[in-house]
Amino acid sequence: MSTPYAKLPAWADYGLIPLINLSVAFIVAGFVVMLVGENPFRAAVILIEGAFGKGTGIAFTLFYATTFIFTGLSVAVAAHCSLFNIGTEGQAYIGGLGIALVCLSFDSVLPWWAIFPMAIVAAAAFGALWGLIPAYLQAKRGSHIVITTIMFNFIAASAMVYLLVGPLKPAGSQAPQTRNFLAGAELPKLNWVIELFGAKIRSAPLNICFLLALVMAFLVWLLIWRTRLGYEMRTYGHSPKAARYAGISETRIIITAMMISGALAGMMALNPVMGDQHNVAIDFVSGAGYVGIAVALMGRLHPVGVVLAAILFGMLYQGGAELAFEMPAISRDMIVIIQGLVILFAGALEHMFRPYIQALFASVSPKSVGMQAIKGTGA
Amino acid sequence: MAQAAIELVGINKSFGAVRANRDINLEVARGTIHGIVGENGAGKSTLMSILYGFYQADSGEIRVGGKPVSINTSNDAIALGIGMVHQHFMLVDNFTVLENIILGAENDALLKSSIAKARSELERLEREYGLEVDPDAVIEELPVGLQQRVEILKALYRGAEILILDEPTGVLTPAEADHLFRILKQLKDQGKTIVLITHKLREIMAITDTVSVMRQGTMVATRVTKETTVGELAELMVGRRVLLRVEKGQSEAGAVKLSVKNLTVKDSRGVTMVDNVSFDVRGGEIVGIAGVAGNGQSELLEAISGIRQAVSGEVMLDGKPIDLTGKADPGELRDRGLAHVPEDRHHVGLVLAFEENENSILGYHDDERYLKGPFLNIDAIMADAKEKIEKYDIRPANPRLKTANFSGGNQQKIVLAREMEQDPGVLIVGQPTRGVDVGAIEFIHKRLIAMRDQGKAVLVVSVELDEIRSLSDRILVMFAGRVVGERGPDATEGELGLLMAGVEHQEAAE
Repeated sequence: MSTPYAKLPAWADYGLIPLINLSVAFIVAGFVVMLVGENPFRAAVILIEGAFGKGTGIAFTLFYATTFIFTGLSVAVAAHCSLFNIGTEGQAYIGGLGIALVCLSFDSVLPWWAIFPMAIVAAAAFGALWGLIPAYLQAKRGSHIVITTIMFNFIAASAMVYLLVGPLKPAGSQAPQTRNFLAGAELPKLNWVIELFGAKIRSAPLNICFLLALVMAFLVWLLIWRTRLGYEMRTYGHSPKAARYAGISETRIIITAMMISGALAGMMALNPVMGDQHNVAIDFVSGAGYVGIAVALMGRLHPVGVVLAAILFGMLYQGGAELAFEMPAISRDMIVIIQGLVILFAGALEHMFRPYIQALFASVSPKSVGMQAIKGTGA
Repeated sequence: MAQAAIELVGINKSFGAVRANRDINLEVARGTIHGIVGENGAGKSTLMSILYGFYQADSGEIRVGGKPVSINTSNDAIALGIGMVHQHFMLVDNFTVLENIILGAENDALLKSSIAKARSELERLEREYGLEVDPDAVIEELPVGLQQRVEILKALYRGAEILILDEPTGVLTPAEADHLFRILKQLKDQGKTIVLITHKLREIMAITDTVSVMRQGTMVATRVTKETTVGELAELMVGRRVLLRVEKGQSEAGAVKLSVKNLTVKDSRGVTMVDNVSFDVRGGEIVGIAGVAGNGQSELLEAISGIRQAVSGEVMLDGKPIDLTGKADPGELRDRGLAHVPEDRHHVGLVLAFEENENSILGYHDDERYLKGPFLNIDAIMADAKEKIEKYDIRPANPRLKTANFSGGNQQKIVLAREMEQDPGVLIVGQPTRGVDVGAIEFIHKRLIAMRDQGKAVLVVSVELDEIRSLSDRILVMFAGRVVGERGPDATEGELGLLMAGVEHQEAAE
């Protein structure tokens, strides 16, 4: 028996449905804003203007987006291998440790362009290592990756607290963080690019990590759809039995995919640590790993989708901060509620409206959904 | 002819550019069994879905008992006394028989009166039609044949006078199928009308009164079963004469290529599935393994292809042993010339979410031809896929199409093309034509025989006895994990049937 619903055309699948989900999220968020006695339309204007209205806003939006591109890609890579990596948060945190070690060692002797590649490698390696252990446990012991990666987030957090209030803290300092890096470990800003378009920027943390993130998005696309390894990951992701039949080692593919995922997560730390804060502080990841899950889901696990979804979440972060500033009734927690609604409708309830839209398409124009176009033509 | 129970007049249904049903006229007389045959994709299921309210026809009229009706949902169909037994059962596995039967007809919150009513009604149906089944049994604990009986009871309970069965024997053992046919005959005697959709011509001949043949969305002929032959029906189905028995020359068996010695395999529960099995397959011969599904054939194939761990015994490929610890690398076995067409093409042999070209390298994706360093050589893969599509007449001829969108026969051709074109020394094939239509069956059989004639060793496992008899140079029969007999290609069906049923050799020989 054939399914009653057919495939949607690509523009509806990748454009219309996310748009509807997003609109519903904003409508519900609007009601929440009304509940606290503010005008939801004015709130929306503030949010969007805050994110894209001025040069500084755009720079901040893209700075946050950079972080989410890394974590979103991390989750997406693992998901193509049907591994649900919830550990991006911890892997990014540990990635920060790798960066700290490189920067603290070399920032007085080397320029940024020499330190940056080393820091990338260190961040990726530390993140990958943090992904390796749960991957090994999954592959060899069958410990579920969701459980182990969550637990590893807590281990990472505790380990970092220990390091940041102990060995990594400069003597005499009262802040739980490393010393500030010297100029050699500060990444160049990208604000001048936005200024080229005539916008003014006071001070914003957008830096070359944004370009690195775009490069990684391209490399992830290349990996997943153009390499043997990506082919094997997707085969395992769709059907472990087919992978076994095809001679793809379960252990190897799980460990490889998780290490790549962990490496991408670790590289996320470059953006805030070397591009903005110039130190490693407690809780600098602050939930970006979990946002990455929503970004990956909303981006349909495709790098282009991940980049777009990351920019959307960057907008919510930046615009949300402006909103909290402009409308005192809307606290930071309210912003989290709005972000939560977006995650709920665009991520968790991604398929809620799909059947209705498919039915609509099928009734209006069966041709457009190519309903059963194949049936009947085969041998 | 008796009064028509169902009449379909000028039914048309298109899906996009494809006309699944065009101008269909069909009349089914009350109290008869009417068969509808056709290849996969001929439009049989679409037509029945229209009758059962899953789809609406673009144009045309449905008459039930002489009156024009409109059927928009399956509830409409049920109200008109039309019941359907689906190919894949629509039962809740962890419900009891009674609970499943009242599903959709629950009338009170606590179900007390519904269940009581269903119980007495069920007893009446049992008496009238001999449909015995324990009303309190849980569905998942029932064998497939009984589950199907529950489906039939469900339809009868809702007052079905017209019963549509979609490929009802696909999942049944021969004995269960026989039993089903007895039930259908009984239902017919009680005045019910039955529409039987199938692609097995043997069943049509055995049980139907009239038969309609569909081809590419049209109804090409309706015949009185007694006045037609299997040959004529097959010809009508494909539009040309098919060889039901593939012509093949004498085999010229050469050296032993695959040798299985004292192989024993247990399943995950520790039950012995393959019990001390030994046989050889020589180059240039096809060895067929016959048996009722579930007698260890699947496990045997998996063990030989290195996917499943064996308890004891050995398997030699070209004189060298195969790792039977369950950790063998299928890639290495492929390099050694062992190609494997698995029984379950949906989950093992193919990744349905992949494009056709991606599946045409599955298992051979390590091959240098398809790679440029760590990258896939997309140009080479596409060229290769196109070549196979051409050579194996895979339709539609689009290597970018998602594999799930190909019909069963074409999916099987994708797997076969991949495995055969690697020029293996040994080819093992599980259920070569399961769910495949007549035209493709002939093609696949010819390919397998061509492999044999090139001197390859071919091992075929199939639950279709006809297929085994038509392909094999030697036939091994498996029962309860053991090889209970070996016969030549001229063994009679009765003889093999007895062996498959586990009757001792001596009796079978008599």
